[in-house]
Amino acid sequence: MEKWKNRAAPAALIAGLLVIWEAVVRMKDIPLYVLPAPSQVVTCLIKELPTLAGHAQVTVGEAFAGMAIALVLALALGIAMDAFPAVKSGLYPVLVVTQTVPMIVLAPILIIYMGFGIAPKILTVVLMCFFPVAVSFTDALGQMDEEYVQLVRSFGAGKWEAYRLVKIPAAVPGLVSGLKVAATYSISGAVVGEWIGAQSGLGYYLLRVKNSYMLDKVFACVLVIVALSLCMNGLIRLYQAVAMPYAKKNEEKRRRTR
Amino acid sequence: MKLEVSGLSFSYPDRDVLEHLDFQVGEGEFVSILGASGCGKSTILKLLTGVHTPQEGKIFVDGGEVRGMSEHFAYMPQNDLLFPWKNILDNVCLYGRIHGGLENARREAMENMAAFGLSGYEKAYPSALSGGMRQRAAFLRTALCKSDILLLDEPFGALDVITRGEMQDWLLSMRRRMNRTVLLVTHDMDEAIYLSDRILILGGRPSHVTCELRPETPAEGRDRDWLYGQGELRRRIHREIMGTDGPAGAEMEPGRKEARS
Repeated sequence: MEKWKNRAAPAALIAGLLVIWEAVVRMKDIPLYVLPAPSQVVTCLIKELPTLAGHAQVTVGEAFAGMAIALVLALALGIAMDAFPAVKSGLYPVLVVTQTVPMIVLAPILIIYMGFGIAPKILTVVLMCFFPVAVSFTDALGQMDEEYVQLVRSFGAGKWEAYRLVKIPAAVPGLVSGLKVAATYSISGAVVGEWIGAQSGLGYYLLRVKNSYMLDKVFACVLVIVALSLCMNGLIRLYQAVAMPYAKKNEEKRRRTR
Repeated sequence: MKLEVSGLSFSYPDRDVLEHLDFQVGEGEFVSILGASGCGKSTILKLLTGVHTPQEGKIFVDGGEVRGMSEHFAYMPQNDLLFPWKNILDNVCLYGRIHGGLENARREAMENMAAFGLSGYEKAYPSALSGGMRQRAAFLRTALCKSDILLLDEPFGALDVITRGEMQDWLLSMRRRMNRTVLLVTHDMDEAIYLSDRILILGGRPSHVTCELRPETPAEGRDRDWLYGQGELRRRIHREIMGTDGPAGAEMEPGRKEARS
């Protein structure tokens, strides 16, 4: 009941805005190439769905590949930074600085180096997703209660065994919150990569229809991007619910013991 | 002697904690180390388990010297430190998982679930258990270690008074069943009197064993009523702790020593 109440307010707000939008476009007779009405966007979305689905497939593939690479890199670097303080003090600031370079600048450079194939798009996703995952995982490793490590060490576990037994499992909730952020970025990352130069994908489609002033298709494509980003985020939430049934109660416990 | 500690000294960078600590624990004996908070009780256990290295002194188990991490000690911390992502059965089998005897550990754990008041909770996650149950699970995890000396670091310190009392009763009844050498660190005078064969009082600064006391009745003959009648022993312990230059006497109640003398 409470849940529905919480959802009713934003739903009503969005519905209201859509009605105003639709009304304004109709009354003022605004042309399509300036602003399409919501109804036009939906009609276009239904009509264009097969084309959009084909492009979306490419984009989602790039997003998944990029996420997977970012995850593996983040795990490896996170553990390396936690195990060797020198690696952390050397690498961590560099990581932060790399995030300040705008992706829109990096993406064309990547294309110069790597060509118009799928590789620069995947790398764009990696560059956007790696940071939130690596930072949240490294922080989770660093914040873990040292007593747990001492416990398994006193039980006879070696340094790396302690990682396997407690440090990594204990850092998984932190890792997952980083993944949720990264998952939302992943589709946008792929779209940025495609925007700069590609033969397929939602970014390529977006650029093409924008240049033809088909704004209803632009908006339809944006809707698809939003939906896919939310789906990626939802996938991580689903994993969290299935694989970590203890996580919610764990949060409560952490609050209690601190 | 099962465990012998000789001339142990340890300092953190900013302060000296232990100085020339000497004590022995016999085979199958239950010994408590009693002292005020911050006197270095837990540090002793960290030295024994090899988490810290002493600046001076030696540790012997069964006559052989022990350095660093060893197989002789099973450590139980004040917080249960159960892994929230593992169920109770997997939690208590930690030693078996590390040392490659998981199947045996599981069997042994299942046999002991009832005695530790955990039957029916094998598949539950720690968050579903009460504080006392979690502490018993942590106890079972420690008891399933093949190590011959149990080190208990204020095992009931995080529990409420009523649960703590129940756990002490339970541990007293478990003593014979476990049949292990136990070193208990506590600041709870009654807990030490109730459970131990021998009480070592830690005092001074840096700390050392200032006094050794032995409750008269053997553990099998004790109950709560017996504990309430131990006024003389409590008085002696209290005098001993307050009379030293330890944190309790020196800092918590300034001026009190002058008033008394």
